[in-house]
Amino acid sequence: MAEMDPCSIGPGPAGLLPPSAASCGVVLPRKGEGLVEGRIVGEQAALEVMARELLTRKHPTVFPGPLVLWDWRDGVSPKAAAVLELAEEIPGVQIIPMPDYRPIYPKIDPEAVINPCHPNLTIWHNKIEVCVFVGVHCHYANITLRMIRAGTNCYTVTLCHSAGHEDSMASLPFCGAEQVRALTGTIRRLKRQGLRPLHGEARGIRLTGAQQAVQEGLVWQHGDGA
Amino acid sequence: MALRTLQVAPGFMRFMPKEYQDLVENGPFGRQVKLSDVGTFKEILEEHPMCEGCAMAFFIRLALMGLPNPEHTIMVGTAGCGRMALSQAAIPFVYGNYCDTNGVATGLKRGLAIRFPEQDKDVVVMAGDGGIADIGFSQVMHSWFRKEKFTTVMLDNEVYGNTGGQESGMTCRGTMVKMAPRGKQFDKIDMLGLARTAGVAYIARLTPANPSRVVSTIRKAVLVARKIGPSYVQVYTSCNIEYSIPADKVLDDARQVEKERYGYLEIVSEEAGAYLESVAAEGGEGR
Repeated sequence: MAEMDPCSIGPGPAGLLPPSAASCGVVLPRKGEGLVEGRIVGEQAALEVMARELLTRKHPTVFPGPLVLWDWRDGVSPKAAAVLELAEEIPGVQIIPMPDYRPIYPKIDPEAVINPCHPNLTIWHNKIEVCVFVGVHCHYANITLRMIRAGTNCYTVTLCHSAGHEDSMASLPFCGAEQVRALTGTIRRLKRQGLRPLHGEARGIRLTGAQQAVQEGLVWQHGDGA
Repeated sequence: MALRTLQVAPGFMRFMPKEYQDLVENGPFGRQVKLSDVGTFKEILEEHPMCEGCAMAFFIRLALMGLPNPEHTIMVGTAGCGRMALSQAAIPFVYGNYCDTNGVATGLKRGLAIRFPEQDKDVVVMAGDGGIADIGFSQVMHSWFRKEKFTTVMLDNEVYGNTGGQESGMTCRGTMVKMAPRGKQFDKIDMLGLARTAGVAYIARLTPANPSRVVSTIRKAVLVARKIGPSYVQVYTSCNIEYSIPADKVLDDARQVEKERYGYLEIVSEEAGAYLESVAAEGGEGR
């Protein structure tokens, strides 16, 4: 089990039912600031850390939530486009959606979806060591992030439309399309400056087995192959 | 805004699970589907963790087909078997505390009317006999007295099936269940009579033995609640585990119970009847 300073919010596993970051004294950033591992930093510094982690950890994955997946009001499309643009810049990236918050029983397909009730299953199965949450309602994101910190070694990045998340390792509050593009820009700059991404120069978003099967019109049964 | 909440943002469709792609492309949203169309559209409820042969799960599946506008409907439920299926349905579900479903539904309905004055939003409470007639009794009655415009559906399995077989107010007199070994000492609560006394505009009693009647009854109940006043549907949904009914005999049991003591009954107020006739005349009835 990873040992950590009570106020340092790093990748886990932190063990069953870790105290919430807020109860450990971590406070939310204000507009123009970011949160990195429990500390408030400037927005640019937070973007720098996010970009670096996304490029250098295994199996980076974007988890878009309902607020960005569904075109439910004006302003969603530009943000959705910005998220896709961000994903395109991260070599080896996958996109696994969280389309809603329904409990999924009797069995979740971790290559098709991430569910707030058991996000660890998707992270374990796909061996994800860094992820970005974007467009998830905060009350679900908070519990999801804590569960991920409790049971996995995944580095969580949140691009929050509201006040940010204490329980993620790097969080940016009040994120619209502009802030998402700023992260994309930071990733491009780091690559130009010579940072070599862990997953090489591969471009394009990698489909999961389940997504490939759906695209090819096959019936996907998790565990049995398509 | 109507169906915008059901459109996938540009570029994301290929990452969506098949189930969601089907819901977007073939779901019952924004159009009228009939019971005879089953198999040609993506249903609101498919997978669920309820017991094999469960009449309640079958009823819920049919009832969801009966919703006139599922894209503008919110379900409210509480502890019990029904919520296990309802919470997995592809429409919003609010889990009320045991006892406060009709209070929650009241707030929701009133709030939605303020937030969306141009769009009818339907609220449907669907809970068990314990949730409606025992623990939630007070709030159910008061919502009826206040003439709150939403539908209350009782999934009457005549027992607390989810917790091992305690008698409920809706268990029949003399019935022995696992945790009521002496047999129930009192009569089944007459919720239909109470609904009538409270002035509920549309009241129905039925079993899932006739699927098309389930669909049309739910539709009528929701339409009446939308415009006229409270509606109440009481449906016999046997617990085949607690009453030891073989899974393949559940519908036979429903037919038998319907014949003996749970026959189809509809009590419609004058105003509700006139409204339903006007809807039918406009071609909006008969799904």
